[in-house]
Amino acid sequence: MEKFDRLESGAAPLSMANVDTDQIIPARFLWRARSDGYGELLFNDLRANDDGVPKPDFVLNKPVYKDARIIVGDRNFGCGSSREHAVWALVDAGIRVVIAPSFGDIFFNNSFKNGFLPIVLSPERCAELRAALERNPGARLIVDLEAQTVTGPVGVNDGGGSDHFDIDPFRKQMLLLGMDDVSFTLNHKDSIAAFEARFAKEFPWI
Amino acid sequence: MTKAQTLFDKIWARHTILERPDGATLLHVARHLVHDGSRASFGALKDRGLEVRHPERTFATPDHYVSTLGNKLTAISEPYRREMVGALADNAREHGIMLFGLGDRRQGIVHVIGPEQGITQPGLLMVCGDSHTATHGALGALAFGIGSSEVSHVLATQALWQSRPGSMRVSVDGTLSIGVTPKDVILAIIARIGAAGGTGHVIEYAGSAFRSMSVEGRLTVCNMSIEAGARAGMVAPDDITYAYLAGRPYAPKGASWDQALAFWSTLPSDPDAAFDKEVTLNAKDIAPMVTWGTSPEDAVPIIGTVPDPDKATDTERRAGMRRALSYMGLTPGQRIDAITVDRVFIGSCTNSRIEDLREAARVAQGRKTSVPAIVVPGSGLVKAQAEAEGLDRIFCEAGFEWREPGCSMCVGMNGDLVAPGERCASTSNRNFMGRQGKGARTHLLSPAMAAAAAVTGRMTDVRRLMAGEA
Repeated sequence: MEKFDRLESGAAPLSMANVDTDQIIPARFLWRARSDGYGELLFNDLRANDDGVPKPDFVLNKPVYKDARIIVGDRNFGCGSSREHAVWALVDAGIRVVIAPSFGDIFFNNSFKNGFLPIVLSPERCAELRAALERNPGARLIVDLEAQTVTGPVGVNDGGGSDHFDIDPFRKQMLLLGMDDVSFTLNHKDSIAAFEARFAKEFPWI
Repeated sequence: MTKAQTLFDKIWARHTILERPDGATLLHVARHLVHDGSRASFGALKDRGLEVRHPERTFATPDHYVSTLGNKLTAISEPYRREMVGALADNAREHGIMLFGLGDRRQGIVHVIGPEQGITQPGLLMVCGDSHTATHGALGALAFGIGSSEVSHVLATQALWQSRPGSMRVSVDGTLSIGVTPKDVILAIIARIGAAGGTGHVIEYAGSAFRSMSVEGRLTVCNMSIEAGARAGMVAPDDITYAYLAGRPYAPKGASWDQALAFWSTLPSDPDAAFDKEVTLNAKDIAPMVTWGTSPEDAVPIIGTVPDPDKATDTERRAGMRRALSYMGLTPGQRIDAITVDRVFIGSCTNSRIEDLREAARVAQGRKTSVPAIVVPGSGLVKAQAEAEGLDRIFCEAGFEWREPGCSMCVGMNGDLVAPGERCASTSNRNFMGRQGKGARTHLLSPAMAAAAAVTGRMTDVRRLMAGEA
């Protein structure tokens, strides 16, 4: 897993609430192998017409956001199904951070397994950031995981600031190390075995 | 004296292997369900050279990619879908996991067969790589959906890292009116609290409406907890739960049953337990519900109208509503019962159990469909039971298609799709853009309401239809 520490990048504003995982990656693509890559399929039906031609008004199709690695979204980003493909599609398309007022729970959990950082900021601050990014297309944000801050937009004198975000310390550590939790958990094999022995005695019918 | 605990607290504590000082908790997984979308998870396990730690605690069934036209591998026409279903069978065999496969009457939607087989039990922590895993909470289990990496993690360790969610109690008191079903209850709850209303929380459904509800009704309610953003939903076990479980294949028997019952009876939340959030609804205020938009929170009573974005208070909400109405091809102020439908789907992990099919059949009996409509039972056993009761004949005589079990048109991964621009009255759980097919327009409703829509070709108040008024 790629580690995450600090990222400075252009940020794309996505002013839509309830961006569900069916929009992020439609179900008809889920049978593909992970190694096939999902980047081109990110937001497929929002991004492209039926004939595959990109819709010019979709934010990520605008040339100014071509290299954006951050999305500033709205309430309940990534709600819906458990498909980790939603995170894979974002990561494969080069996105490493989504900032939003709230996230779908499973999407949020899946993010950390893929070196991807979901950041919760207040609805007001997310709205301000989106507005500032819309006024200054291509403006950059700086995400510092160690310091737990989002700074910017930088380089423009409009709507800038530095915001602290919360993150579970365990997840922060895993992201900073680029460490996968399976290896970490296997270090606790003895605790697991001891627990299982107790559990089997308590619940012999399971 | 110990602190008063909720049902959730008790199950969480029972499954805690260890808790780090920073709060991250390693939880034991008592039962793990896998389906035909799990190929990548088994692949990741293999890549690391790891084994399935507890195959006897893992249960498999194919549901997402299976054909509803024939309950066998050869009925699946596309190679990539056959491969997904085949991979599950191969992985189950290789790792010694119990498989309820195609051709076995016990095969079906994973969230239907868990309770049906008695695999789902009160007080257990259960997971599955599917967001509707909250369904199993109806029996007093703590059950939630996980992603592909977490499935690999559970296969390898029978454990999962979690941070402790908040607690929320949704109470519905009183008696539901005639024609109002558990599906209407959960749609009304989501409309009230919003699609992110339960984010970061586990919901306990309480109150007299749930106490008198069947286990199948509770399964429908808990199933859609995720559509309110909640990690899980649960109902405290009671005599209705125990009566449902008794005699099921994986339920405890004999002396074990007594031992289990003694444990189960300790599970309900202590009377003075506190919840982080409380929401209360009156059962008598709930009407048959229909969604008009592209989020399950966009639900209104059948007697209502399509809402007007101009009346929404915030600009983002206004823009969202306009986008939804444009996608759905609806006009503000339009009467819900004037919306015509092109197609009807009765099925999914939300509404494909025998009580759902009986409810729909009561409406279908002696009537004729006016649009294409399919009925997809949740499992081979549900199908067999329905056929024993003659429900299949009622449906077929009314013009419904009677299919084989699977997830089918809820998510369309098996090819059962709604065509672009078509409007589908659906008993499933999500009305997201493109969910039932690219450009498909989904309206969520109960099985009775779906059957009514199939008969009249438009959204219909089933209460009026049954009274001969519609």
